[in-house]
Amino acid sequence: MRAHYDGNEVRQMIERLASQIVAAYPPATGPLTIVGIRTRGEVLAERLVPLLHRAGHTNIGRGVLDITLYRDDLSEIGPRPMVRPTRIDVDINARPLILVDDVLFTGRTVRAGLDALADFGRPAAIRLAVLVDRGGRELPIQPDYVSLVERNVPITHRVKVKLAERDGVDEIVIDPRNAG
Amino acid sequence: MGERDTPASSTDARWTRRHLLSLEELSADEIRFVLDTADSFKEVSTRSVKKVPALRGRVMVNAFFEDSTRTRTSFSLAAQRLSADIIDFSGKGSSVSKGETLIDTARNIEAMGVDVIVLRHAAAGSAELLARSVKCSVINAGDGAHEHPTQGLLDIYTIRERFGRIAGLKVAIVGDIANSRVARSNLWALQKLGAEVILVGPTTLLPKSFEALGARVVHDFDSVIGEVDVINMLRVQNERIKSSQFPTVREFTSLFGLTSERFQKCKPDVFVMHPGPMNRGIEISSHIADGPQSGILTQVTNGLAVRMAVLYLVTQGTAFVSA
Repeated sequence: MRAHYDGNEVRQMIERLASQIVAAYPPATGPLTIVGIRTRGEVLAERLVPLLHRAGHTNIGRGVLDITLYRDDLSEIGPRPMVRPTRIDVDINARPLILVDDVLFTGRTVRAGLDALADFGRPAAIRLAVLVDRGGRELPIQPDYVSLVERNVPITHRVKVKLAERDGVDEIVIDPRNAG
Repeated sequence: MGERDTPASSTDARWTRRHLLSLEELSADEIRFVLDTADSFKEVSTRSVKKVPALRGRVMVNAFFEDSTRTRTSFSLAAQRLSADIIDFSGKGSSVSKGETLIDTARNIEAMGVDVIVLRHAAAGSAELLARSVKCSVINAGDGAHEHPTQGLLDIYTIRERFGRIAGLKVAIVGDIANSRVARSNLWALQKLGAEVILVGPTTLLPKSFEALGARVVHDFDSVIGEVDVINMLRVQNERIKSSQFPTVREFTSLFGLTSERFQKCKPDVFVMHPGPMNRGIEISSHIADGPQSGILTQVTNGLAVRMAVLYLVTQGTAFVSA
């Protein structure tokens, strides 16, 4: 298990993710919706969109999902960070929707995302695109498109995806929690 | 124009209170946190399925011992949009008429397993008294003339939405200030966020002692009307009209009403607000109330988002109440 992936590797991972999406949904298949889960899923989705445009997609609906109100642990934790608005301005009905997040772990965030999307409409299909699958699933949820599979990250470690727009640099860091 | 208000999240603010009893006790950061949270809830009301499961399985009690249309309906709808269950309780038709006290009433309802009590009561301090007597959360929906915190919050939310900020604005609150919980809540919130508050009304309904709270006290509306960015007109209460503290209705309107003539003296982009219900033609003319510079209906829409935010925040991190 590596502890670090640098900027070039991260950018290649994002390109691989975009290629997988294009392979499944070539431009000829029609309009797509890309929805990123706050916070880094949103940034990742913003990176994917120009790559999809470059591959020939012309009609890409975009959205941002905040899943705080759909979490299944709302009564367990104390004061939480700010809940931010969800913004899905396009009609998601009847077209494929790619749900994007940076790291897939227990699967609970994605479950919350699926519940949230159900309140917005009925896409033709929902596909899950994540940069990193770190194993540790607590629900039967698997990615459709993934770049880095690190199945055996111990629970004591965290997988942190940093993206330049939010963190100043592109990198992935896998280190013990509270390591600073 | 000043800078945009910084979102509270940039200061790592959190909400840790179990109750919302007054705006006087809140910090500016806490107020901003509620307003920022309300942004997310405003979005929920624009969806086709206007519901989120955040308060699923929670129970809210509307305990209204005074009449209300707006506030009560607003809290009910807010709770429903959060998927909570609601019990409606009014003083009339309950055992209160048999002499049961407020505390006993609340404890009995609480024993059935409720998470939040929303209380409107004629006695100032009733919400705080209730909060000390029950284990669940309490939201003050108006306690006598003391405070109406969610109205204050929705008013400044509306002003912030319109101007992008609160600091540096001049806000006039006009009418029966002495008996107004809306005026008091607005005063605290506006001052904490840096606005200048100008209270306007006749001497009988606006004592000079209000200056001690940091507001300007003015009895001549026309002397300040040209300098204010926001005018918040308060309802003239019928009980007051018949009392000796009050001139005739016509005199009140001519001195303190927001009439068309007076409106000409305002800033061109002045923002007009009213907590409702309005006495059309008394404190405010119909065409201003219904016109493009009126925020009155926006206040109501925002009230829903603000109340959703408050319900969400006071119940977070608290265990489900076992019946």
